[in-house]
Amino acid sequence: MKKYMLDLKVAANERLHPNYCLLKLRGDEALPEMHPGQFVQVRVEDSPRTFLRRPISINYVDRERNELWLLIQLVGEGTRHLAEARVGDSINVLLPLGNGFTLPNEGDTQKLLLVGGGVGTAPMLYLGACLKAGGFTPTFLLGARSEGDLLQLDAFRAWGEVYVTTEDGSMGERGYVTNHSVLKEKRFDMIYTCGPKPMMMAVARYASAEGIACEVSLENTMACGIGACLCCVEKLKDEHHVCVCTEGPVFNIEKLSWLN
Amino acid sequence: MAELNVNIGNLKLKNPVMTASGTFGYGIEYADFMDISRLGGIFVKGTTIQPREGNPYPRMAETPAGMLNAVGLQNKGADYFAEHIYPQIKDIDTNMIVNVSGSSVETYVECAERIAELERIPAIELNISCPNVKQGGMAFGVTCSGASEVVRAVRKVYPKTLIVKLSPNVTDITEIARAVEAEGADAVSLINTMLGMAIDAEKRRPVLSTITGGLSGPCVKPVALRMVWQTSKAVQIPIIGLGGISSWKDAVEFMLAGATAIQIGTYNFVDPTVSIQVIDGLNDYCERHGFKSVREIIGALEV
Ligand SMILES: Cc1cc2nc3c(=O)[nH]c(=O)nc-3n(C[C@H](O)[C@H](O)[C@H](O)COP(=O)(O)OP(=O)(O)OC[C@H]3O[C@@H](n4cnc5c(N)ncnc54)[C@H](O)[C@@H]3O)c2cc1C
Ligand SMILES: Cc1cc2nc3c(=O)[nH]c(=O)nc-3n(C[C@H](O)[C@H](O)[C@H](O)COP(=O)(O)O)c2cc1C
Ligand code: FES
Repeated sequence: MKKYMLDLKVAANERLHPNYCLLKLRGDEALPEMHPGQFVQVRVEDSPRTFLRRPISINYVDRERNELWLLIQLVGEGTRHLAEARVGDSINVLLPLGNGFTLPNEGDTQKLLLVGGGVGTAPMLYLGACLKAGGFTPTFLLGARSEGDLLQLDAFRAWGEVYVTTEDGSMGERGYVTNHSVLKEKRFDMIYTCGPKPMMMAVARYASAEGIACEVSLENTMACGIGACLCCVEKLKDEHHVCVCTEGPVFNIEKLSWLN
Repeated sequence: MAELNVNIGNLKLKNPVMTASGTFGYGIEYADFMDISRLGGIFVKGTTIQPREGNPYPRMAETPAGMLNAVGLQNKGADYFAEHIYPQIKDIDTNMIVNVSGSSVETYVECAERIAELERIPAIELNISCPNVKQGGMAFGVTCSGASEVVRAVRKVYPKTLIVKLSPNVTDITEIARAVEAEGADAVSLINTMLGMAIDAEKRRPVLSTITGGLSGPCVKPVALRMVWQTSKAVQIPIIGLGGISSWKDAVEFMLAGATAIQIGTYNFVDPTVSIQVIDGLNDYCERHGFKSVREIIGALEV
């Protein structure tokens, strides 16, 4: 897919939570095609300790408004700086980068489960929207520490059924996503997941044990984001290093060395 | 329009702006963002005779105004390059230069011989300065005898333009530069990355899998500039300057200090089109100062 460097305008910056913001970026021209699971490299200007771009998942693409949504968790100086962006500011991005999730073939009657934890829920929204548009009804299973940490729930509900776990039990079932009762009640053919590595590993182990196909989205630290520096590598089962930014960030768990 | 062409030995560059090895892939990674054939040259990824998996992840740590890397020369080997990558890049209308590494004199020589067979590769850059591999690499670049030995051996088998890339991790870079000049190097390029380290205070662990790594980016520029200046006083062969260049102004500074051409590395990650802006900026600078050719600013520092 052709990649672009674009200056996008901040159309909205919503502080959904003390530690999360939703940036809605508008293009002057029609935004290029983007697949769910792909990411963008965001330039952070005037932030003295932020030198490299920041990789951020595509949260949603609003075609009507020509907006790209980025859900950003404030973890360090770069993301905190982005959270200060004001409506009208210009933000430079490289996009679309990497390979997204594998969508099922049209007409398949697959039952699809989308599991997101923390900021890993971000790519699940756009994935859900694209699956719905493709005639599927995705099921979301979202995990967070507490009720207040569950973001964009209404947006998720527009595309499918939503199940929730919280670690403190303040919403949905108490515990981790892999303990949720929906996993016992329903049978899924495919699981897509993104979130903290321990969560994704637990999901991968569950999927593998149940014989369910599973794709995970990795967040290895990156420099270039376009396959030029070889900093972001993951060692696959076959012992070879591959770049997460070009071969991923989405991988089938069969390829990863996690389950060995 | 000012004249921007310069020569490095027999190598003709349409302008002095090139991209640095390990930061620009094989050039094609950047082709969506810019016209890569506008560059004076592209130094492709470090290549060794045998494939190398490189170092374990994590390989990168950001610093203010720079980064540390510990890639460790991951590449698929010279044969793979010749068979699979060369056909894709050989018709790009710029100088495609291969950065050659090894772990012994023999492997440097074998790799140089293999690359010499490729008609459209007009030059190699001998990397005797990689801080991220255990054997060879920088070991050859930190002593005059090591540098001489490997350059002498490669010079015998490599008839085209031979550029030797120097390490800044030495007491006196001019001694190494003189040593490789004496062995017949056509040019030197400097600097490679500076040995550094990053620690995660919370985890009380090193950030990089290799503990230490190579520092690059704007933070190294003053050191690189100083070394280019010193080296330009010490050798007659052309110098290719690099280390932290992020704008046309940086490029002008390196040329004033004595560089005939420059390379841009880490900053490509921040702005993939920076090299094009540097080419245009050099032209504007020459026009503004009444230089007919960019060659007039090489070593033109007034002290
Ligand atoms: C493909 C990909 C998609 C991503 N999608 C999103 C997203 O949609 N929303 C979002 O908020 N974040 C996402 N991230 C993570 C995001 O890139 C980092 O959180 C961000 O770079 C941190 O920058 P900073 O300057 O705020 O923090 P830094 O000051 O750089 O770091 C602060 C802390 O965050 C940790 N950190 C830094 N980079 C990463 C990383 N890549 N992964 C995990 N921890 C990291 C550091 O170890 C440190 O402890 C994604 C990462 C990748 C590789
Ligand atoms: C990720 C990365 C990989 C690199 N790989 C190589 C390499 O394979 N061979 C080499 O000679 N130099 C390599 N370098 C060094 C650069 O070519 C350059 O000498 C150095 O980064 C200083 O220039 P800069 O500050 O403009 O990046 C690498 C640098 C980086 C950041
Ligand atoms: S981040 Fe540079 S190769 Fe992936």
